[in-house]
Amino acid sequence: MNNNKAIMQDMIREIQTETQSISMMEVCGTHTMAIAKSGIRDLLPDNIKLISGPGCPVCVTAQGDIDAVIELVNQQDLILATFGDMMRVPGTSSSLQEARGKGADIRVVYSPMDAVEMASNYPTRKVVFLGIGFETTAPTVGASIEAARAMQVKNYFVLSLHKLVPPALEVIFSDPDIKVDALICPGHVSLVIGLNPYRELAEKYHKPCVITGFDDEDILQGILMILLQFKQNQARAEIQYRRAVKEKGNPVAQSVLKRVFKEVDTRWRGLGQIPGSGLEISDEYSDYNARYKFAIPDIEDIPIKGCSCGEILTGKISPHDCPLFGSACNPLNPIGPCMVSHEGACAAYYRYTPLRGEIE
Amino acid sequence: MCLGVPGRIISISENNTAVVDVNANQIEISIVLTPDAQMGQWVLVHAGFAMQIMDENEAEESLALMLELQKIRETFSYEQ
Ligand code: SF4
Repeated sequence: MNNNKAIMQDMIREIQTETQSISMMEVCGTHTMAIAKSGIRDLLPDNIKLISGPGCPVCVTAQGDIDAVIELVNQQDLILATFGDMMRVPGTSSSLQEARGKGADIRVVYSPMDAVEMASNYPTRKVVFLGIGFETTAPTVGASIEAARAMQVKNYFVLSLHKLVPPALEVIFSDPDIKVDALICPGHVSLVIGLNPYRELAEKYHKPCVITGFDDEDILQGILMILLQFKQNQARAEIQYRRAVKEKGNPVAQSVLKRVFKEVDTRWRGLGQIPGSGLEISDEYSDYNARYKFAIPDIEDIPIKGCSCGEILTGKISPHDCPLFGSACNPLNPIGPCMVSHEGACAAYYRYTPLRGEIE
Repeated sequence: MCLGVPGRIISISENNTAVVDVNANQIEISIVLTPDAQMGQWVLVHAGFAMQIMDENEAEESLALMLELQKIRETFSYEQ
């Protein structure tokens, strides 16, 4: 480990010699958290910026979709099963947590399989699992639907709000207002999708994309791999996080995605409607689709007053630039999802760098 | 939310379930997405599923790559 420490110091020194101005986006919320915790941002020279991106699934869920879920939970005989991250996300009139306080049956699960089990234990109730998450999570939800069918559990439904990362990256690279020269690509989404989607992006936009792990040394190495590409005037897709990410990704998980879901257009907080960026349950599994079983209202996105999450999710501003950051908005009294979610940029900055501003 | 934690498989039972040790906690997970997972292997666990088999050799290689990079960097700094 000491050896690693010495290498890390060398890596930091090496990064500090870089003179070009380069901004890199860490796409993934887990990276945002890891980078904030490590203090790496402060060790970088001024010309190298790390910008937080749209990779917090809770944060990018559209406001209208959250409001629709809050309406759904009041249906009779319904149990909503969800990952804990969603509980405190503010809808326009309430959060799931508040809805539970008023009597809705909402249960936090660790795995979608727990929700299938719940459905089998309560055959007279309808269990709806709230499908939030990117390519990392969607295969687990897909597998839960296949398991429900195999177990002949017929009262399990999924409301899929799953999203795909590469189409959002395409939007980021195409937006002239967002200055991103390279991507620190999400380690765990890439477990599933592999290197190919980034190859296309790197080539099309001529920007380096490096799939990076979450330890401090992984992140520093990922940054160096990007800088090296700049020195060579190249833009490749590469894997730093080799111990977990294979070039082809996980073909079994990919085939679950293909069978259980179909790609649809969907809207993101901050990024708007993105073609082909959503996963809806495929026709083959439509009897598990909560949208067919329940009337799920189509609600317009009403922006949260004063909250700049949208701009933060696209790297246009830093959490420190939001006038509410740390004062009116803090983890005890979060105004927007970027402060609620553990891996939201506002929450990460509040926890580790509450005072300084990094992006001028 | 895309958090993944490494766990070591300590037993595999029928219907694609396995028990993994994650930081000395034993949890039951599904290995339906990593059907090749074997006893003793490290897997990356997310939402109750193994998402990928981890490769310890690659971790070593990653360190080797880091050292390799360092050499390349040195070459570059000399050139400048
Ligand atoms: S600090 Fe709060 S109000 Fe401001 S952008 Fe972040 S979540 Fe929204």
